[in-house]
Amino acid sequence: MPPARILRQRGALFQAIRTFFIDRGYLEVDTPVRIPAPAPEAYIEPEPAGDWFLQTSPELCMKRLLAAGLPQIFQICKCFRRHERGARHLPEFTMLEWYQREANYFDLMAECEQLLPFVASALGVGDEIVIGEGVVSLTAPWQRLTVADAFARYGAISLAQALAGDCFDEVLVRDIEPKLGRGTPTFLYDYPAVLGSLARLQPGNPSVAERFEMYIGGVELANGFSELCDPVEQRHRFEDEQRLIAKLGGEPAMMPEPFLAALPAMGPAAGIALGVDRLLMLLLGCQTIAEVVSFSPETL
Amino acid sequence: MYSASDLRKGLKISIDGEPYIITDFTFSKPGKGQSLYRCRIRNMITGNSSDRTYRSNDKFEKAPLEERTMQFLYEQGGEYHFMDNKTYEQIALSKEQLGDTTVFLMDNMDVEVLLFSDRPIAVTPPVFVELTVTKADPWVKGDTSGSDTKPVTVETGFVLQVPPFIEEGEKIQIDTRTREYVTRVKS
Repeated sequence: MPPARILRQRGALFQAIRTFFIDRGYLEVDTPVRIPAPAPEAYIEPEPAGDWFLQTSPELCMKRLLAAGLPQIFQICKCFRRHERGARHLPEFTMLEWYQREANYFDLMAECEQLLPFVASALGVGDEIVIGEGVVSLTAPWQRLTVADAFARYGAISLAQALAGDCFDEVLVRDIEPKLGRGTPTFLYDYPAVLGSLARLQPGNPSVAERFEMYIGGVELANGFSELCDPVEQRHRFEDEQRLIAKLGGEPAMMPEPFLAALPAMGPAAGIALGVDRLLMLLLGCQTIAEVVSFSPETL
Repeated sequence: MYSASDLRKGLKISIDGEPYIITDFTFSKPGKGQSLYRCRIRNMITGNSSDRTYRSNDKFEKAPLEERTMQFLYEQGGEYHFMDNKTYEQIALSKEQLGDTTVFLMDNMDVEVLLFSDRPIAVTPPVFVELTVTKADPWVKGDTSGSDTKPVTVETGFVLQVPPFIEEGEKIQIDTRTREYVTRVKS
């Protein structure tokens, strides 16, 4: 178990997040943890729970709440992903997600630029955090870098070459991620369309998904996007993912029909998921995610 | 067979018919991307290290390694001869294969020999060995030079730092993992 000091900071972080969103007119919601049909995503493996699954993210339920007429919502909850354990991964972790109607991914980036200094200040960390030998300033504006530019700047090969050679993830992890979020946090944005299963494609540029990831000190902290709100297109994307899951030897879960049925009522919106454990790890200068949770799986 | 999620530091796997040990391991997973298992691996025969990145679907053969207790017999022309304590079978390893462990080998000493597909590839000496000091500067009582240790040479030619009171002809215990002095052995 971590020192009491860290658990007190963890509690303070939860409180600060709630204050931040409630002050901005967001409603805190909670949705079921055990669900029949998680979003089909090829590289996220849900944990079975009886005939159903533990949620990998509250995304689908939260979008249904948006569609039901709640314009601004947030949730802090547990998410579960099988086989994910490493210095920055826990198979059960704490996620913050927030969604806003009539917003896009740039609006979310601006909110991130306000959220982090707010919670850092509430924890007494100040507006600079120390990562290894470097310092990251949380003062806005942060760096904004498109995926294509990041590959051109740091990658051994271009984005087009990486996609053609089926090594996007490898190049990203090896060459690019370590360079991101140094000096200031980085928004890596405009992902190839194939890598944003639930994101809207850029109007007039269907090869790009309006998706971004936030990085601090080389650590990926949040994933946000302008939501795809076309149910036909969304069904096609899910079917593509299901085919990929089957090709990789997995058994795709059933199509989340109630979500698809609700989607037309949602309208334009944006949403983001932020790893709360990783955020605390970075704010407190810890090296591993296990240092900031009350119990890691190995200690249970 | 191992799958990628079994990979961890210290695991021994077989790649292209050669044994490798994972010396460093990082699990990475870019947002929404694939799980990547980044390994630094060392070839257990050549000692060469390289970096490899594996995906979830990759499978690995267990390295067919076996450890057997053998007795060190003698060294001749750079070849070190050992005998299996159970089968009396004799094998030989070269000086290169043994690397820096040769300085701890004494005739009739029991060691662990690592075999890969019945081929000897490495030798692990006992954790503690006792060797006689063959060369040491005399201890000057009241020496105030401030030095806490002095170098001595033991019977195998190995040179190490010991406390200043150790003298020529004395036996000392050495930890072969750290290659450091442990204690003086009373005769």
